[in-house]
Amino acid sequence: MEKDFNIIISGVGGQGIITLTRILAEAALIEGKDIKTSELHGLSQRGGSVETHIRFGKEVYSPLVRQAGADLVISLEAQEALKSCYYGSRKRTVFLVNDFIKPIFGAKNTLPSKQIQKELEKFSKRVLFIPASQIVKEKLGKEVLAGVSLLGYAAFKKLIPLTPTSILKAIRKVVPEKYLQINKKAFNLAKRI
Amino acid sequence: MSSIKVLAKKGTKEILLGNEAVVRGALESGVQFVSTYPGTPASEIGNTFWKISNLSKEPGSRVTGKSQISNLNLYFEFSTNEKVALEAGAGASFSGLRTLVAMKHFGLNVASDFLMPLVYSGVRGGLVIVVADDPGCSSSAQSEQDSRAYSYLAHIPTLTPATPQECKDFVKLAFEISEKYKIPVMIRTTTRVALQTGPVKLGKILQREKKGKFVKDPHQFVTMPPRVLEMKKELFEKIRKIKNEISEKSSLNKVYRDRVSDGFKIGVVSSGISFLYVMEALRELNLNVPVLKLESFYPLPEKKIKNFIKNLKKVLIVEELEPYIEREVTRFAKVANPKLQIFGRNLLPEIGELKPEIVLRAIAKITNRKLKIENSIKIKNLKLKIPRRTPQLCPGCPYWLVFSGIKTALKEMNLSEKDVVFGGEIGCYMLAGVAPHFLQDYLYCMGSDVGIAHGIKKATKNKQKIIAFVGDSSFFHAGIPALINAVHNKSNPLIIILDNGTTAMTGHQPHPGISRTGMGEEGPKIKIEEVVRACGVKNLKVIDQGNQKEFINKIKEFLQKKEVSVIIAQRPCVFVK
Repeated sequence: MEKDFNIIISGVGGQGIITLTRILAEAALIEGKDIKTSELHGLSQRGGSVETHIRFGKEVYSPLVRQAGADLVISLEAQEALKSCYYGSRKRTVFLVNDFIKPIFGAKNTLPSKQIQKELEKFSKRVLFIPASQIVKEKLGKEVLAGVSLLGYAAFKKLIPLTPTSILKAIRKVVPEKYLQINKKAFNLAKRI
Repeated sequence: MSSIKVLAKKGTKEILLGNEAVVRGALESGVQFVSTYPGTPASEIGNTFWKISNLSKEPGSRVTGKSQISNLNLYFEFSTNEKVALEAGAGASFSGLRTLVAMKHFGLNVASDFLMPLVYSGVRGGLVIVVADDPGCSSSAQSEQDSRAYSYLAHIPTLTPATPQECKDFVKLAFEISEKYKIPVMIRTTTRVALQTGPVKLGKILQREKKGKFVKDPHQFVTMPPRVLEMKKELFEKIRKIKNEISEKSSLNKVYRDRVSDGFKIGVVSSGISFLYVMEALRELNLNVPVLKLESFYPLPEKKIKNFIKNLKKVLIVEELEPYIEREVTRFAKVANPKLQIFGRNLLPEIGELKPEIVLRAIAKITNRKLKIENSIKIKNLKLKIPRRTPQLCPGCPYWLVFSGIKTALKEMNLSEKDVVFGGEIGCYMLAGVAPHFLQDYLYCMGSDVGIAHGIKKATKNKQKIIAFVGDSSFFHAGIPALINAVHNKSNPLIIILDNGTTAMTGHQPHPGISRTGMGEEGPKIKIEEVVRACGVKNLKVIDQGNQKEFINKIKEFLQKKEVSVIIAQRPCVFVK
């Protein structure tokens, strides 16, 4: 039986996580899969932690990924990746982390990426740190594109069982027309990494 | 234009949020009147109708679905509060139109005064009330309420969908039930249903031409005694019929999986989102255990439940929040199967939302399956602890200036924050309670803040100073009666109305203080200062808090007053164009 594929996207409010979630869901639909996602709205979006769940496969019931059940964690902020350890498993989880830190208001110190990476390794079969925010800022001038560029990375490196073509089609469906070109560019950046 | 996916053509499959699927279900039922007050996790219902109602004003024909709704005959409004929304909806239903009213769980508390007699009298055009609960309180202060209690209290038929597809299907069914039995019907969702997305098969959008007309019938609409008790009798008769003809007979409330079991004679009863976790768990544990999925929470299919449990040795009831179904199953088991071992609350938490792994553990336990969730121990020993990232006011938010202005004013008066009681309320300004502000000593429901401030003032004989925050939308929602009460009874809190020109936290919906209505038309703008003045407030200042010096001086002046004082801090939310 075809296994479900489970993704967690984590980060901070305002990083475009809901859009990323929608893109993945549409791409899975294009490939004829059953899909469930879960997100939260409201006050949590005001710069708080954000976490969404995406599951697709032949038949999916729960919109939530279970503990230790993630195949892929995409974290748009390194400290938030740590929170996603709950879904991490040595057997199945790949962590794809934006090497980017947004300091936590009121926190005494910020955790260094190296230390986070070491901890993530205990909950995953593979950890990848990519300076996506920095790359998109340099090449496209907009940090918010980090998510789409990480998605491109995941697609071209086959970390997601969805084709880049389907994801690009989904981007066309989800992203407003005026931002479409720049999003496509961000997605395709990873071709060359 | 992803947001108008709900208008896509029939026969296609679209990924919709539960809330969007509710909207599509209503459109496929020919809904003509929709009212709401925004509140997460139900906000997207109103927001989607809002977008649809404003579509005709958008230029260009490329907008998805525009042609579909050219003759929609749909009226939509953001009402001042949920009670008013339900009353308006009832008026439309009495006039024969199909009507949908949406709110979050606390909204139903506000609307409940009207809901009770409404269920007695019944309706004419189908009336569906959608209520979203928030187990886990991910976007709700106040309390972790289970609105299914209202199903019993009001005797309102209640359906509980689990998926977006069911959100759509059940809304359609609810309209049918409502119109057939002349009774309002409640759809109760939860956060993980309302904000779950999944593929939904779309049917035809029904464009109804029906013109509303209120046909007089005091026999139906006047709840004077002794008629009101006859109405109660008629209501109970309707419920009995719905139980026999819908709950017991329709395709609702099905048993999933074959009853071949593993010799244990174990069964599961579940409902709503919990059912999805049950199915995942059974698949993972490779168990063939029968599951009764209850979709009509009220009235429950008593016969189906009795039939399901009569040959079981053990039953597990999986439901979030209050154990209502468990209590009913326990009651039915006394007759149907007195020896039945009933599990539920003893294996599942009574606080917070359920999760797949919680249900997985419970099912593994009653079926004696070994289960090891791989990271359980490691996650407890996680060395790096990251502090909670609490939400923050947005950069540039006008409330920064209110909170910092208050701090400066107190300093200049040689007062500390300890010397003043700060009343909070529901809106972005509840962030007054977190760093770096810490200006919140109590927080309850919308409209409560001024009432409490008045009581404290009276109890302490004016010894303590109070600053009570009220948002603009909250003021219209429920703040006015409390203000009148404080003025009339000679109280003197300082009330700061934070007027950012929008209902910000729930997604920037309009309110009566803004000229645009939910239909996108110019409406008379209700000026807060005129209302405040009419409530008898003498000390009133309308000010842009960007003018810090004057703002600070006003706070200092008004904190000394012997009467109620109101400052309307008027500066738009950074997201208001």
